[in-house]
Amino acid sequence: MVEWTDSERAIINSIFSNLDYEEIGRKSLCRCLIVYPWTQRYFGGFGNLYNAETILCNPLIAAHGTKILHGLDRALKNMDDIKNTYAELSLLHSDKLHVDPDNFRLLADCLTVVIAAKMGPAFTVETQVAWQKFLSVVVSALGRQYH
Amino acid sequence: MSLSSKQKATVKDFFSKMSTRSDDIGAEALSRLVAVYPQTKSYFSHWKDASPGSAPVRKHGITIMGGVYDAVGKIDDLKGGLLSLSELHAFMLRVDPVNFKLLAHCMLVCMSMIFPEEFTPQVHAAVDKFLAQLALALAEKYR
Repeated sequence: MVEWTDSERAIINSIFSNLDYEEIGRKSLCRCLIVYPWTQRYFGGFGNLYNAETILCNPLIAAHGTKILHGLDRALKNMDDIKNTYAELSLLHSDKLHVDPDNFRLLADCLTVVIAAKMGPAFTVETQVAWQKFLSVVVSALGRQYH
Repeated sequence: MSLSSKQKATVKDFFSKMSTRSDDIGAEALSRLVAVYPQTKSYFSHWKDASPGSAPVRKHGITIMGGVYDAVGKIDDLKGGLLSLSELHAFMLRVDPVNFKLLAHCMLVCMSMIFPEEFTPQVHAAVDKFLAQLALALAEKYR
């Protein structure tokens, strides 16, 4: 079981409470598709992904980014049992979506970069440590049910 | 995954913009490396204090950043240009190459924090590729 200090909980909650889910979700997913273009393999039905500009303007991608952030919200609300909270989602990504779990890490890294840009100096070392700990638990839980 | 001439130009341009803050970015990046990935402190057991923000960590972060800038100048032949640095890392330092990726990530986070407008997805992609190529060149002599 993952142990969270009061400080870590406060940091994670604070990040989410100041977050524009639409803006950050869109930016993170777009960044992932641009920086790691092989991730586009999972978005065949999402319209035009021809280049960075079209990706950044794609409304289907933007909507999906928001969806992902709301999914993360579930982990926030169940920080003490992320593994079980995500069991079904993990199976979905494994059995239906067939997503290589390494992609979760790639998206997590892009999310970190986008949040760092948003928060600037407020994204302190302590904040980054707590944030990346949270994301690594999420990534691990999402990959947990693969078989 | 080699760099196109456009990406090389993007890297040179961004690093030039970054140059006034390069020391800060180097120092911060290494601090964040040892904080977020504590196992990396294993390479610094000879320092009295390897905690994030400590003097030896900041100083060494600046040194590393200097090396990265040097590599930007050698972007057309990283393997050739970084030969002696690669020998240093292979035979003396023997840093596991997985750590190059971890440090690259911390550098990207710092660049994003300090230059949020300039560090667009396209710049991010080019710099990430460059750092990966740099890591490959550094690991060239490992085995």
